[in-house]
Amino acid sequence: MRAAIAAENLTVSYDDFLALDDVSIDVASGESFGLVGESGSGKSTLLRAIAGLAPIAGGRIMLDGKTLDARHRDKAFYRRVQMVFQDPYGSLHPRQTVDRLLQEPLAIHGVGDAERRILRALDEVGLGSSFRFRYSHQLSGGQRQRIAIARALIIEPEIMLLDEPTSALDASVQAEVLNLLEQVRRDRKLTYIMVSHDLGVVTHMCERLAVMKSGKVVERLSSGDLVAGRISEAYTKNLMVASKGFVRKAALA
Amino acid sequence: MKPMLTVDDLRVSFPTRTGLIEAVRGVSFTLGRERLGIVGESGSGKSQTGRAIMGLTPAHARISASKLNFDGTDLLTAPAKVRRSLRGSRIAMILQDPKYSLNPVMSIGRQIVETLRTHENVGKREARDRAIAMLEAVQIRDAGRVFDLHPHEVSGGMGQRAMIAMMLIAGPELLIADEPTSALDVTVQLDVLRILDKLVAERGMGLIFISHDLRLVSSFCDRVIVMYAGRIVEEIAAGDLANAKHPYTQGLLNCMPTLGTDRHPLPVLDRKPEWAA
Repeated sequence: MRAAIAAENLTVSYDDFLALDDVSIDVASGESFGLVGESGSGKSTLLRAIAGLAPIAGGRIMLDGKTLDARHRDKAFYRRVQMVFQDPYGSLHPRQTVDRLLQEPLAIHGVGDAERRILRALDEVGLGSSFRFRYSHQLSGGQRQRIAIARALIIEPEIMLLDEPTSALDASVQAEVLNLLEQVRRDRKLTYIMVSHDLGVVTHMCERLAVMKSGKVVERLSSGDLVAGRISEAYTKNLMVASKGFVRKAALA
Repeated sequence: MKPMLTVDDLRVSFPTRTGLIEAVRGVSFTLGRERLGIVGESGSGKSQTGRAIMGLTPAHARISASKLNFDGTDLLTAPAKVRRSLRGSRIAMILQDPKYSLNPVMSIGRQIVETLRTHENVGKREARDRAIAMLEAVQIRDAGRVFDLHPHEVSGGMGQRAMIAMMLIAGPELLIADEPTSALDVTVQLDVLRILDKLVAERGMGLIFISHDLRLVSSFCDRVIVMYAGRIVEEIAAGDLANAKHPYTQGLLNCMPTLGTDRHPLPVLDRKPEWAA
């Protein structure tokens, strides 16, 4: 099966610092792919490079087998690929109403029928039309992230890039947002690339995942392998231990 | 055992244009030399409870309690001078994000020394030596070098360790940790918790650990208080959490995706109005 989106030998550098070092991934259409690793491992950079937000120094990114220009992404690309950012407190314009926020992508892409689409998008993320004329400071963190998701979904993309979509949220709200993301993926047959430092979240959401460390992919495995503990890298094992919570030394002995 | 801290019917409210917001509504608990966890969602009043004990409630807030007693001192009626002498030296607080809570224009070492010299009459040389020893105690390698670094020059995990060093240098008896690891990486989180656990055990401190992560708290603390909408809905021994009675506690426990459980969709909290009553 041909990959919907793939990166081949991708390198991103900021001056002398290699943020991504020869990374290759491929994600099939309709698949949900996870990227895990600690801060600074390059997982967000990979996502940003795909979205055209990081300077590509080498390698290539392909959408449906066609190589994308390293410097410039056209509108057609953004029509198909949308991104949801980590912090809903920072990613929504503080002086725009929800209505205005959702108009923006429609205006950029020249999509008509805004009225109906906005109402549908709000409905889809479980907020309803009463939220339409609110400002983002009148919303809770979970509601804001729903708006960010609605903004990405409103132009009906095929691929969603999710950069830690729930790490700024409470555990109880996280569950709601993860359920929403799963629901829309099922309904619209979307392809996800999801970055998270939480192995529980990634294995819940994704079928396959890549473990990253200092700009490289150190291990590729399926969620099933991870859960069953079929891990070869010590680094991944470390992440596993960390995700299980605190264990007091005495209790181990 | 005589409790070190007694909180009885603590209330914190904020007057706003749209009416009185009651952040904490009648919280009562006692704390000995133990690890107590306070868990709840954003807005449940857990941080305001911690801040009220520390004396960091904003000036415009209304605070009342039938008892707020720390080791014989009534915190609510104590004059500002007494509270100042308690704060930092006997009660200390670790804040969430080292990026925002450390002074950006002061070296880490100087900030630690400042805390120490505020509360104890020590010379410069001794203060420096003790600060470096404290940095070593929180497992910072090359403490002498880190002493002269500014907060932006260190990683989040190291910044948080520096903050723990700063809070522990005056030897407090009660430590309030408000989401001390939420801003850190999963792998670093455990290092920081391990250090905190060791120091609290060695020094026989009382610890109040505030977090929204019920699993983390239950693995770290002896006893857990669960808060919802400004009230305590359940108090339970950490080892007993599996038998939690309140649906809110059960919901918090179940809503986390964990390795090896396949639940689609995840159970979400069905918030009942009577929980807040």
